[in-house]
Amino acid sequence: MRLTFREVMLGVRRSPLLSTLSVVTIAFSLFAFGLFGLLVLNVDRALRGVEEHVEIVAFLADGTLPESISAAMGDISAFPEVARVEQVSPEQALARARAELPEFQDVFDASFLPASIEVRLKEGHRDPATVKEVSQRIQTYPFVDDVRYGEDWVKKLYDIRNIAGAAGIGLGLLFAAVAIIIIGTTIRMTVLARSREISIMRLVGATDSFVRRPFLIDGFFKGIIGGLIALLLTWGTSTLVSHNLIQTSFFDTGTAVLGVLGGGVIGLLGSALSVGRHLRRV
Amino acid sequence: MIRFSHVVKEYPRTGLALQDVTFRVNKGEFAFLTGPSGAGKSTILRLVIVEETPTAGEVRVSGIATTGIARAEIPRLRRRIGVVFQDFRLLEDRTAEENVAFALEVTGSPREGIPARVSRLLTQVGLASKGTSYPKELSGGEQQRVAIARALVNDPVLLVADEPTGNLDDRATRGVFQLLRDINAAGTAVLMATHNLELVKRNAYRVIEINRGQLVFDSVEGSSSSGAASSNTIATP
Ligand SMILES: Nc1ncnc2c1ncn2[C@@H]1O[C@H](COP(=O)(O)OP(=O)(O)OP(=O)(O)O)[C@@H](O)[C@H]1O
Ligand SMILES: [Mg+2]
Repeated sequence: MRLTFREVMLGVRRSPLLSTLSVVTIAFSLFAFGLFGLLVLNVDRALRGVEEHVEIVAFLADGTLPESISAAMGDISAFPEVARVEQVSPEQALARARAELPEFQDVFDASFLPASIEVRLKEGHRDPATVKEVSQRIQTYPFVDDVRYGEDWVKKLYDIRNIAGAAGIGLGLLFAAVAIIIIGTTIRMTVLARSREISIMRLVGATDSFVRRPFLIDGFFKGIIGGLIALLLTWGTSTLVSHNLIQTSFFDTGTAVLGVLGGGVIGLLGSALSVGRHLRRV
Repeated sequence: MIRFSHVVKEYPRTGLALQDVTFRVNKGEFAFLTGPSGAGKSTILRLVIVEETPTAGEVRVSGIATTGIARAEIPRLRRRIGVVFQDFRLLEDRTAEENVAFALEVTGSPREGIPARVSRLLTQVGLASKGTSYPKELSGGEQQRVAIARALVNDPVLLVADEPTGNLDDRATRGVFQLLRDINAAGTAVLMATHNLELVKRNAYRVIEINRGQLVFDSVEGSSSSGAASSNTIATP
């Protein structure tokens, strides 16, 4: 182990530039994963908050008979996706609007607000597709004038989340690939620089895995260091955003540790993919 | 110990290096491998240490056929064979001690036993006082002794030497050769490729001569005697 560690240090000293580059690209890779991961995490959290408030509001035509309304409400509450159905009178609607929007303070006449039914969906059925589908079903009642649900911005949030996720994965993978290539180059140079030593190791009967091990450990360590740097950068960014823009939440410890280990895996992969090939030539 | 049966070796670009070579070297035996430059001596030694495998025929070392040997088996076989080269192949950035210890470390010897073993080996090759010298600070003969000490770390049953005295003057040659004889006397088989006909003539060991990839003379087989080595001796004079 001491010998192995010594060899890792030797490798870093032999090609400091490439070693630094490997660490930095791994850090970039994980920073990309981390940053976009945070975006997804926070948008998800926001979505969950929003979804709790996702409501389908069906505005009723004037003069709809109360019997029709209660019959429809009975039907709707029997939908498997539906959690709760509530009727809102024009007066209630106005009171609520006043509470939420100061501009409505001066409005005293509730008559311009239509009566409505508010439908709340069960958890797990609050995604845009289901919401839309249920809305369309409600729309089929003849006395329903209009159905509203926060279609646009819920869908937008979902889109942002999906795009951020894809971008993070894409960018992260790109950097990971670059990191793997750079590590491969580092190993090629190290193998060349140490070809004499390696050939002597072979000659006296060192096993392949023994010869390979320092390179793998080297890659793994670089990956871990890259991962730690990425964690620091991600955390810094998150803190900065929290202080200056909006409150964000950060990864839990398990995820953070997993991310750092991910760096180790990238480093290990980079080494493993190239070390065998290059050693064969010595 | 070593058994070549109808060995053919063809290199991809240079063609046939060995043709139908058959011989065997027994346990504890000392044999010279001679022949002009390019005859195929190094090729034979490379086949013995499994740096190469035969194109046809069979090479057996310590009972194991090297053709189709599992990659993982090669290190185990090499630990039973010591190897010495004309150019010593020491690591310049390590002292004599460290060079010898290196071979023990990379073959997974228990760490605590290494210093004692290294100093015993350096004493055996007559370099007890030069352990902390770097190769640059040693004479050619001394460097070759370090290389021999390194070759002995795993108590090999066979020592393969490719022109071990090729870079040495007469005095150093005699010293290194005497060391090889001592090692052989202690029971290790030695196969030594050499150009030094003086050395071959003065020592009544077995001689295997190669020319253009063919075995042209083997003193054990008693074919066309040159008077160089007339006995099939195994003993050390
Ligand atoms: N690695 C190799 N690749 C291709 N051809 C080789 C290789 N090694 C040796 N040869 C060829 O095989 C033949 C025998 O070479 P070898 O090195 O075995 O001769 P040798 O008897 O050791 O010569 P010398 O006394 O000069 O060391 C030569 O013709 C050489 O060109
Ligand atoms: Mg040769």
